[in-house]
Amino acid sequence: MDIFLQQLINGLTLGSIYGLIAIGYTMVFGIIGMVNFAHGDVFMVGTFTALIAFLLLTTLLGITSIFLVLAIVLVVAMAFTGLVSWAIERVAYRPLRGSFRLAPMISAIGMSILLSNFVQVAQGPRNKALPPILPDVIVVWDSGSYAVTLAYKQILIMVVTAVLLFAFWWLVQKTALGRAQRACEQDRKMAALLGVDVDRTISLTFVIGAALAAVAGVLYLTYYGVVNFADGFVPGVKAFTAAVLGGIGSLPGAVLGGLLIGLIETFWSAYFSIEYKDVAAFSILAITLVFMPQGLLGRPEVEKV
Amino acid sequence: MSKPMLSVAGVKTQYGKIIALHGVDLDVNEGEIVTLIGANGAGKSTLMMTICGTPRASEGRILFEGRDITHMPTHEIMRLKIAQSPEGRRIFPRMTVYENLQMGAAMDDYAHFEGDLERMFDMFPRLKERLHQRGGTLSGGEQQMLAIARALMSRPRLLLLDEPSLGLAPLVVRQIFDVIRELNAIEGLTVFLVEQNAYHALKLAHRGYVLVNGSITMAGTGRELLESPEVKAAYLEGGA
Ligand SMILES: Nc1ncnc2c1ncn2[C@@H]1O[C@H](COP(=O)(O)OP(=O)(O)OP(=O)(O)O)[C@@H](O)[C@H]1O
Ligand SMILES: [Mg+2]
Repeated sequence: MDIFLQQLINGLTLGSIYGLIAIGYTMVFGIIGMVNFAHGDVFMVGTFTALIAFLLLTTLLGITSIFLVLAIVLVVAMAFTGLVSWAIERVAYRPLRGSFRLAPMISAIGMSILLSNFVQVAQGPRNKALPPILPDVIVVWDSGSYAVTLAYKQILIMVVTAVLLFAFWWLVQKTALGRAQRACEQDRKMAALLGVDVDRTISLTFVIGAALAAVAGVLYLTYYGVVNFADGFVPGVKAFTAAVLGGIGSLPGAVLGGLLIGLIETFWSAYFSIEYKDVAAFSILAITLVFMPQGLLGRPEVEKV
Repeated sequence: MSKPMLSVAGVKTQYGKIIALHGVDLDVNEGEIVTLIGANGAGKSTLMMTICGTPRASEGRILFEGRDITHMPTHEIMRLKIAQSPEGRRIFPRMTVYENLQMGAAMDDYAHFEGDLERMFDMFPRLKERLHQRGGTLSGGEQQMLAIARALMSRPRLLLLDEPSLGLAPLVVRQIFDVIRELNAIEGLTVFLVEQNAYHALKLAHRGYVLVNGSITMAGTGRELLESPEVKAAYLEGGA
């Protein structure tokens, strides 16, 4: 019971991060039907932006309030990462729109390599570390032999994720911008016939997805304290898995998928072997897709027209 | 006579190697109802869509209120206050009726949203009953009403209607034609109407054109065309 509770906390924390990244995959897939293989590296750029901003703010400017620092870091990372993703879409994907389906995906793989190599050269191949952020923990439950703890940073991660997901949900469901976004997803030509600037909406989708990945990056950095140029790959693949598991194209599905992948991974590590945690996550994905090819919350293909 | 509101001159449209329009000339004046009739595959929908820039005309010019829109991006053309209720209706299937109507109103910056919504409910009470149902689950007729209402929500200066009577019960067809007549007479709305139902369309329209295999073969007032033996023979089935 105690170990279970601890893993639940850890799994939800990790799952929040995957969920935030997964939204970017699912939104881009929803609107232009491509898998943005560079998205994991966009997330990694987010973590590095956060790292640099954090060090600048704490050492150069000497700001001591950790919450102020994190708030600024969050904004800076979202803005810069959004800009990077916007530029990638402009130069590497948009010119290929209308050509054969795989072309933009191949271009995305190229962008993925470009980003990770660029960061490797610019920041070096070694792990970069931060001094521990918010090291305090709360003891939730102590059975005598085992203490279940909830770290401050875990609370931070879950709260930030919840707030941002709510803001994001509101944006997509309740604003004119979100409506235009969904319209483009459902029928691009009709959206244009109603005066929606489709290219701009697609750009915006990339920016929003990247901004959420940047939030995930900040949280990832806060949680683990180290980052590496190659860190885009594994979290990226897991988040993509989460998007597929939840049903690609579905926003709640991306979040649910993220949480599930996070939980599977932590529980597997705790109860079985840590070496095979990734295998476990992917196996469950494979099994789910055999029985539910649409993913958990994906929409069925049959739609009355 | 002043300059036409919409002027299509020598427009040619191709789908790859297939030529769908062979140099079409046609005018729509402000305040008019103009109809385009023609058989299946004549190129009527193609012309409607070419006016909106999708597909693009490969030759010729399209002017709206004196402005050359031939190469303008589609969304900018539409923002000049042109609205289309397209073939196939193209309702957003995973948006509610209300959201579909909002999409129409976006072009008008929601300036008259509440009032216009009530107007649409007066015209199509059915839409009010279905307000929170998803577009994809509406019946064909309900979707047609929604497509027209969505177009009207943008307060267009020029309304393009592609077969608004398709799939509707005769009573509803009459109702829709009455709505068009009323909007035109009372508000001066300019309408360009594509119809299979040539008899109704020509009775309603001030002027009409006949499109055959991508070329205009006849033009005239509604009455002239109704009485023309060629039109009678080809499109009116002995006076339908
Ligand atoms: N996307 C396309 N690709 C290739 N050919 C097309 C395409 N769309 C239309 N066509 C062809 O162009 C011609 C004109 O089609 P269009 O849809 O404009 O006809 P229409 O007059 O609207 O017919 P209907 O009364 O059946 O709606 C047809 O021969 C059609 O097959
Ligand atoms: Mg047609």
